Amino acid sequence: MNSLALWRRPQFSGWGFGGLTRLHDSLDQLFDLPLSALARSSQLLSGWTPAFDVFEDKDSVYVRAELPGMRKEDISLSLHDGSLSISGERKSDEKLAKAEVHRAERFYGRFERTMTLPTFVAVDKVTAQYKDGILTITLPKVEEAKPKTIDVSVN
Amino acid sequence: MSTNTTLEKDQKSANGQAGAFVSPDVNIFETNEGYVLEAEMPGVNKEGLDVTLEDNVITLTGRKQVEPLPGKALFRGSYGANYRRVFELDPAIDKAKVSAKIDQGLVTISLPKSEQVKPRKINVN
Repeated sequence: MNSLALWRRPQFSGWGFGGLTRLHDSLDQLFDLPLSALARSSQLLSGWTPAFDVFEDKDSVYVRAELPGMRKEDISLSLHDGSLSISGERKSDEKLAKAEVHRAERFYGRFERTMTLPTFVAVDKVTAQYKDGILTITLPKVEEAKPKTIDVSVN
Repeated sequence: MSTNTTLEKDQKSANGQAGAFVSPDVNIFETNEGYVLEAEMPGVNKEGLDVTLEDNVITLTGRKQVEPLPGKALFRGSYGANYRRVFELDPAIDKAKVSAKIDQGLVTISLPKSEQVKPRKINVN
């Protein structure tokens, strides 16, 4: 059984202004959310979904999420029924709670992003690394999902 | 502190496409002691971060050093561009005491105010 992979044309970050591109992203993500997610979470209102990339080669699926300034204890990953879930909570610094705020562009609080994987992966071989604020998850495909050539015999 | 948030061209590249910068999200806090500036630059480490203070202006530049993922892209949500943002400093800041650190892609800049400017309690006789 195949699952459909979500594919989006790569964005040109060099064009347009940062603010407008981000608005575009937010609108795109609005259409991505399945209805069940809208019903059960306040994801729409919280406004925070980390940016992520999904790549695939013949051996594995790779997911990379941008999560600067977190501790790895505050990030959770789970794999269920062909879907990968990345969730976590970013807590604000208590020392700064009493300060006067001039700008507050960073998002805080809980976030959750679930994505359907394009193929079957070996759950026990999944690895994840958090470095420089980027979470990289490597999901090796199960043997049957790797591309194989089939010889055609001619009688 | 005021800030310039428009998208600027990377001065090293002639055309605007691959070399443009993106503005990182920031938080700016002020206490009696000074300012704290946090900027999000995922993919940037100490080698890629540049903080320059000139006259009354501080410039943050972060160059991403991320290995490209193997295979083909199924979905791309991240920006490929490097980060840059410029801020005008409050004259109360003691420029000699400005310090910066970076951890997991989060840059934290500490800008203490000069001693004379800090609010002091005056005793009443």
